[in-house]
Amino acid sequence: MSNSTLSTTDRSNRTESTDSEADDADAGGVLELDGVSKSYGTESVITDLSLSVEEGEILTLLGPSGCGKTTTLRLIAGLDRPDGGEVRLNGNVVSGGGTFRAPEERGVGVVFQEFALFPHLTAAENIAFGLKDLDEAERDERVRDLLDLVGLETQGDSYPDELSGGQQQRVALARSLAPEPAILLLDEPFSNLDVDLRVQMREEVRRILKEAGVTAVSVTHDQEEAMSISDRVAVMNDGDLEQVGEPEQVFQHPESRFVAGFLGYAGFLPGRIAGGVVETELGSVARDQIHGLAPEYDDTDIDILVRPDDVSAHPCGDGGEGHGKVVGKRYLGPTILYEVELHGGDTLLCMHNHDETVPTDGCVEVTLDAGHELAWFPREQRPETGPYSD
Amino acid sequence: MATEQQTGTGGGDDEQPLGLTVASGAVAAAVVVPLLWLVKTALEVGFAEALALVTRPTTVEVFLNSAVLVTLVTTACIGLGVPLAYLTVRTDLPFRRFWTVVVSLPLVIPSYIGAFAFVSAFGPRGAFQRLLAPFGVESLPEIYGLPGAVLVLTLYTYPYVFITTRAALKSMDTTLIDAARTLNHTRWESFKRVTVPQIRPAVAAGSLLTALYVLSDFGTPAIMKFDAFTRVIYVEFGTFGRDTATLLSLQLIAVTLLILTLESQIRGDERTTTGGRSGSPMPLGKWKYPALGFAALVATVALLVPLGILFTWLAQGVAATSGSLAFQPEYALNSVLVAAATAGAATLAGLPVAYLAARHPSRLSSVFERATYVGYAVPGVVLGLALVYFGSSYATPIYQTLYLLVFAYVIRFLPQAIGSLRASFLRVDPALPEAARTLGETPSGAFRHVTLPLVAPGLFGGAALVFLTTMKELPATLLLRPSGFSTLVTHIWTAYEQGYFGQAVVPAFILLFVSGLSMLVIITQEGYDVK
Repeated sequence: MSNSTLSTTDRSNRTESTDSEADDADAGGVLELDGVSKSYGTESVITDLSLSVEEGEILTLLGPSGCGKTTTLRLIAGLDRPDGGEVRLNGNVVSGGGTFRAPEERGVGVVFQEFALFPHLTAAENIAFGLKDLDEAERDERVRDLLDLVGLETQGDSYPDELSGGQQQRVALARSLAPEPAILLLDEPFSNLDVDLRVQMREEVRRILKEAGVTAVSVTHDQEEAMSISDRVAVMNDGDLEQVGEPEQVFQHPESRFVAGFLGYAGFLPGRIAGGVVETELGSVARDQIHGLAPEYDDTDIDILVRPDDVSAHPCGDGGEGHGKVVGKRYLGPTILYEVELHGGDTLLCMHNHDETVPTDGCVEVTLDAGHELAWFPREQRPETGPYSD
Repeated sequence: MATEQQTGTGGGDDEQPLGLTVASGAVAAAVVVPLLWLVKTALEVGFAEALALVTRPTTVEVFLNSAVLVTLVTTACIGLGVPLAYLTVRTDLPFRRFWTVVVSLPLVIPSYIGAFAFVSAFGPRGAFQRLLAPFGVESLPEIYGLPGAVLVLTLYTYPYVFITTRAALKSMDTTLIDAARTLNHTRWESFKRVTVPQIRPAVAAGSLLTALYVLSDFGTPAIMKFDAFTRVIYVEFGTFGRDTATLLSLQLIAVTLLILTLESQIRGDERTTTGGRSGSPMPLGKWKYPALGFAALVATVALLVPLGILFTWLAQGVAATSGSLAFQPEYALNSVLVAAATAGAATLAGLPVAYLAARHPSRLSSVFERATYVGYAVPGVVLGLALVYFGSSYATPIYQTLYLLVFAYVIRFLPQAIGSLRASFLRVDPALPEAARTLGETPSGAFRHVTLPLVAPGLFGGAALVFLTTMKELPATLLLRPSGFSTLVTHIWTAYEQGYFGQAVVPAFILLFVSGLSMLVIITQEGYDVK
């Protein structure tokens, strides 16, 4: 019985607010980080990080462990003190320039990684914990509403250790939403749940956040999770923001090899721009199929980002040399990934349905068949080590 | 560039809360200062004179006596405590819960009461010899001296090893043993290669408690007439051998420090894991009855002998005694009063030290925490002596008052409160107070509403432990009590000194009861798991 005006803000409508990256420059965000840095001892965790979060959106900081995303969250919450830069909430400076506001004065809600439910309080008491300014009747009503919102109407009197993982997460969410925070922070909110429950809770958490209309920043290392719950993702690597944008945007047009590799499987096909086409080992690719290839890159070497679903492998014709040979095979259930080593030495992943078999001995031909523009990177940026995957 | 209001570069900004640090440092200083006076007093003895005192044969003999006593008792305690712990945790020993409780109970009996009972039972013309006289038994093996001291101290201190080992065995991940078994190890091999390294820190910790107890115990060597450090120090002090007492005290402290160092060597790297399901217990098979017999024998000797003796005295009627020695209910009240005051003071003093050590670990906080352990490592006789010097020359207003006595107790037993509190603070997920902060609580509000309720069991557990041990404390009480102030313990001591053993029965029973009660509190509060 969710409120229809709130629930319409679902994923199909996300594309309405395109080019949100351009808005980052505006100073109108609920939350703004400006040149924030933080180090522990001699180890620098975050350097010069700037980010803006808009009213009502769900933004996810995505990155490998140790990239500084949880630290960023703690700096926003005021649980840690930044070394430099400024954090603004609703336009007010909460840290930086000599001021530092304590967490309790910021109006931020946090859902902790392991939920941090107070074990000596019931679910209802946990939710009521932050509602100090309300009288008893109002408080009870608010707690009832929140239990309702998270679907735990009958569990109010249970203690945390009597609740399942999913229920604990719902309580944690309700507790942090109760004081109506300006912004809600979620630290790896699903890492503590079983895989099955995780997928289900993603949808559920997104519904609850949208229904509550709260602005949220979440942190995860799971790209699937980031893509499914967020309005925008911010990919972090080594204390820096690599790219901020809508999930589809970031996935299809990664701005760095790191982002390309971190979001989904990525292969890199070497090519050289020659007039209206790019010459590659797999043949010529029309120039207009490559996204935003500026004229100044004419006659240079580039790497085209190739996802496994963009390519397929087939047995060679008679006597043909093909493009390479199959060197690996990964079953993913409904699909199979074939790892093809091209004659030039690069490897591509080709995705096939489980009923299509590609011979693993002998040569194969690889067909590039993408229904969308392909991303690319200048060759000279190619790192020494192999391409990222997973 | 961004605004440049850096909060100090380089060092981590885990800011040390100033108030807490100061409070913690003050507690540490209060603990250490009286002992420094002991050193000062010792330095006033001339060097040549000191050297002569320290190297004369009797001093060397005292040292050897103590060393032998500690070694034998600690070895025996491991021999009793570890097998009993294994039997009650890992095997199918019948009535494991019952045995766990029974085998832990000797901890409730102060060793001097045990020594007292053993002397009356097995001494010359004691109860046991009289019982056997009709069978032509003229005399029993000598109980006085080393054998008696080892026997009594082992029986009343092995529970330290038993309890720490049990806890380690219970929390140990048993899938590790399964893993060893699947890697072609027999039960014995996997015990040696997996279980032993995992429980070694716990056994070492238990042995440390035992060794320190033995070294500092005053009552047992005194009653067993065995010349260990503590007995000689007390005797010398009583006969105005002040310099000897002081120097022996310093020696005793040196030996204590040596044991502490040894323990940290044995403990090794604490690479232990916890968790994991408990596997099925090891079947004892034909060893079931010997195992039961072993547990029953230990329990019988440790518990039934003293209880039997006490009941015999009770049956013989203790009312028929001279007025000055008769037991007064006031003694019990006095005991409870000082013990409760100590428990409260130790908990209050322990809070900042434990919190700082658990939540803001740094070199400074660990120095403060360690410093408070000094009082625990220093035997009661030595501490009593130090406070007599300190009190009579620098703190005359509180000398010969209950304040100084309680102060001595607090120094002595503070580590029990701190240990329990620190463990409780560590068990509280740091995210919980943080969560409270994000929900609008100030730091002190978060502490009061979240941290404190969660550490309350540990707080009461620690306080109960302090209460229990204070009730039983003998040497410092004897040295520092205001004249005319009698407690249960001093009354027992008077009865012993006057040779009217039967006079000790009422206070001994009360002490046993109070000790048992406190133990019960600890078991329920600390969740000491007897299953």
